[in-house]
Amino acid sequence: MAALSVFVLILVCCALAPVYASWAGVDPFRSTLDAVIIVNGVEQPVMELPKTGLALGFSPIGPTWQPGNYFLGADNQGRDVMARLLYGGLNSITIAGIATILTLAFATLLGLVAGFYGGLADTIISRVLDVLWAFPVYLLAISLSVVMITQGIRLGPVEIDSGSLALPIFIIGLIYIPYVARPVRGQVMSLRQSDFVMAAIGLGASPGRILRKDILPNVSTTLIVFVPIMLALNMLTESALSFLSIGVQPPNASWGTIIQDGQSLLYTRPWVALAPGIMIVLSVLSLNVFGDGLRDALDPKSRVKLGRG
Amino acid sequence: MVFAILQRLAQMVFVMVGISMLVFLIFFATPGVDPAARIAGRNASPEVLEAVRISFGFDQPFYIQYLTMMQKIFVTGDLTSFVNRGWKVVPAVLDTIPVTLSLVFGAAVLWVVFSVIIGVVAAACRDRWPDKLLMILGLIGISMPVYWLGEVMNLLTQSRFKDTWFLGWVPPLGYVPFSESPKGWFLALVIPWITLSILYIGLYARVLRASITEALQEDYIRTARAKGLSETRILLVHALRTSLIAFVTLFGLDFGALVGGSALLTEVVFGLQGVGKLTYDALQNLDLPVIMTTVLYASFFVVMANAVVDVVYILLDPRVRSA
Amino acid sequence: MILSVRDLKVSFNTEAGLVRVLDGVSFDVAEGEILGIVGESGSGKTVTMLAVMALIADLNARIEGSIRFRGRELVGLPAREIRQLRGRDMAMIFQDPMTALTPVYTIGWQIAEQVLAHRKVTRRAAWDRAIDLLAEVGIPRPEEAVHRYPHQLSGGMRQRAVIAMALTCNPALLVADEPTTALDVTVQAQILDLLRNLQAKHGSAIVFITHDLGVMAELADRIMVMYAGRIVERAPADALFADPRHPYTLALLDSIPPLEGPRPHRLQAIEGAPPSPLFRPRGCAFAPRCRSAFAACAQVPALRGAGHEVACHLEPGT
Repeated sequence: MAALSVFVLILVCCALAPVYASWAGVDPFRSTLDAVIIVNGVEQPVMELPKTGLALGFSPIGPTWQPGNYFLGADNQGRDVMARLLYGGLNSITIAGIATILTLAFATLLGLVAGFYGGLADTIISRVLDVLWAFPVYLLAISLSVVMITQGIRLGPVEIDSGSLALPIFIIGLIYIPYVARPVRGQVMSLRQSDFVMAAIGLGASPGRILRKDILPNVSTTLIVFVPIMLALNMLTESALSFLSIGVQPPNASWGTIIQDGQSLLYTRPWVALAPGIMIVLSVLSLNVFGDGLRDALDPKSRVKLGRG
Repeated sequence: MVFAILQRLAQMVFVMVGISMLVFLIFFATPGVDPAARIAGRNASPEVLEAVRISFGFDQPFYIQYLTMMQKIFVTGDLTSFVNRGWKVVPAVLDTIPVTLSLVFGAAVLWVVFSVIIGVVAAACRDRWPDKLLMILGLIGISMPVYWLGEVMNLLTQSRFKDTWFLGWVPPLGYVPFSESPKGWFLALVIPWITLSILYIGLYARVLRASITEALQEDYIRTARAKGLSETRILLVHALRTSLIAFVTLFGLDFGALVGGSALLTEVVFGLQGVGKLTYDALQNLDLPVIMTTVLYASFFVVMANAVVDVVYILLDPRVRSA
Repeated sequence: MILSVRDLKVSFNTEAGLVRVLDGVSFDVAEGEILGIVGESGSGKTVTMLAVMALIADLNARIEGSIRFRGRELVGLPAREIRQLRGRDMAMIFQDPMTALTPVYTIGWQIAEQVLAHRKVTRRAAWDRAIDLLAEVGIPRPEEAVHRYPHQLSGGMRQRAVIAMALTCNPALLVADEPTTALDVTVQAQILDLLRNLQAKHGSAIVFITHDLGVMAELADRIMVMYAGRIVERAPADALFADPRHPYTLALLDSIPPLEGPRPHRLQAIEGAPPSPLFRPRGCAFAPRCRSAFAACAQVPALRGAGHEVACHLEPGT
């Protein structure tokens, strides 16, 4: 529970990103190379000129540790890292959240159909899931992303712009379906053969009623246990894709893109990369701890394995 | 047993074909725009587009296109990049494979050795403080993005503690071929190995601890105690040995995840010119033929590794072996 | 006396507080005798012998009293020294042969492991000993059977293998915890025969735990009846069957169909259920289910008598 409150706290802070940005008076999505701020009564440019003649270009200001005043310093384009951190967190958590819902919804549907009806439907779904399961998730995500971020995607009337957050959500939601669908299918199959479902069939209950009354309630426990684990996994995946520049597209931010922005500043302004990483660790850790507790409470036999990143 | 192994190999071939079709569909048949425009890269001239169309047979039916692509990647190996005109992709990928293999196998060794040690130690002192401490550390390990950990490592070894006695031995970023200098090869890879394996050490130490603890509740452990065996022997020879079966199955899956994911990110962070870094560079300038090739080679490697692990599993578990 | 247990108490620290599952049990086992312990599930019969073997691994368990094996006190003995006794001088056979063997090693390997743990012999010699033992417990073609994994043997064969393992070092004391419960009836008889023959041949003392009085009648020299963590009656086997005194023993015997005479109209079941260790009555634990209970039963009766001992207030001399 303490773990859950840490995550909720992070979520609330990130949700207040626009409030922070307007209070600090910065636009986290526009470069401000010529901004000047006042630190301890001294005027300082956000982008400093090189002190030695040999260094190239500007170097952004480091952390001032003053809330609302470039708390964590600026990035390569003079943008307030703290404000971007909050906006990025909001994006990271939103993407992970919606992708989790997508994964669970499709996985449950596939798992129920394959496990309950068996036969040809099961064979087809299982084979496809086998292939997807064996396909390393990041490679699948890279293939999908690289195709979509070039020109976006057009599916009939639906047209998704290449910079849209819907693309990473869709990709991340898609790649983890087998991870949930396979255990759900297995559980539905064993429930299908359990005595109480046999009894219900014997009593003449309709398949719809059995699905609704006997199977879904049992499967939903598994699904609930999956929620924090999938959230954690999705946050790690999103950040990795964004770090590879095939997730959230600039000028939009996520914790992964900020770490990438910070890569070139690593030795001079390490906080640009450190801060979002720490946020990811805190969020994922709190989700994992919470997920562990939830699993011990709801699913003592541990059908669900802790996620891999 | 022979039948079980053959069955597993047949499944492997099926999955490989499935993956290659999936990759083909993603790259050539995603609804949207002309695949030729994607392959040609940004701002390609009409002549280049035309060259792409002919080279990949886009005027032919799908199955011909599929076979053409497979032939270019696996048989003739004459797939060329259009972003870097005329650059042969397949030899370039093959050149980078030793780097990636050095990285992943070294990391896998660390991963197995340390997760077994930590898992056994934690199971031996289960519910006491060393166990709790190790499990929390493991959980932190699981929760760190590997590329970020790599950057932190770089910050420490390449900048902040560069000239100190305890990290001063770390060479600058980059790969040294084994044939050139075994010592240089080793030193260049130590930090990447540690970085890459930490996540999996955390995960596997936890999995192994849980599975040993579960095994210790079994009746055969009581039998082993009644036989007068030492606790150490019971833990290592009976509980750990039976737990390893589960360990190996999971290892197969996660070794794939490591090769196809974390290793790529690690190569990028440490500037190791492996398959992952090649893919990353291709991602930056949207060189699709390169990405297609690396994705296919890497996922085939993963699928084969999984099959090998499953065969080991068949050899390891007498219950499966005789079935 | 090979084994003398005095006032043995076993309790577990649980969330509900300290729970005493064994409350002052005393008994002796003589060289070469077969002692039967009878009782329902939860009566403490298995816990008693697990305590003797020092096999209660639970960190929350507390064991008090005295257990002397050949005059040597086992309670408080360092784990190392108990380990040397276990498997060499005292051995145990468990209830379920399906789960009692490590699934990933062959039968021969597991027997040889025990030989090597206690004797300084070569691997080859240990392996030969395993083959001899398997032959002795009546497993056909033992030189092939040593290479079998547990899952490749039937339940009866597995139990034979477990017995062979227990006999590795000719133990002076053999504890058999319901060794036939999990087996088919025909196989049960074979295993009982085997145990009787082995006992006659090697002269080990056997403590045989069961809830089946019929099995007892065939095998035991003396019988000890346990209820709710205490001994309620103890007598030579024939005396107990001829003249059961404790109401609980009587009720147990009533629940078995007689072999001779007219069929009873229906068998007598014992009403109620044995008390959970969490809520044991203050006095005689059987009183709530006893048809003859009276005021005195609010006190715990002592186990008294010569030769045939009973713990009941109905006994003369109270």
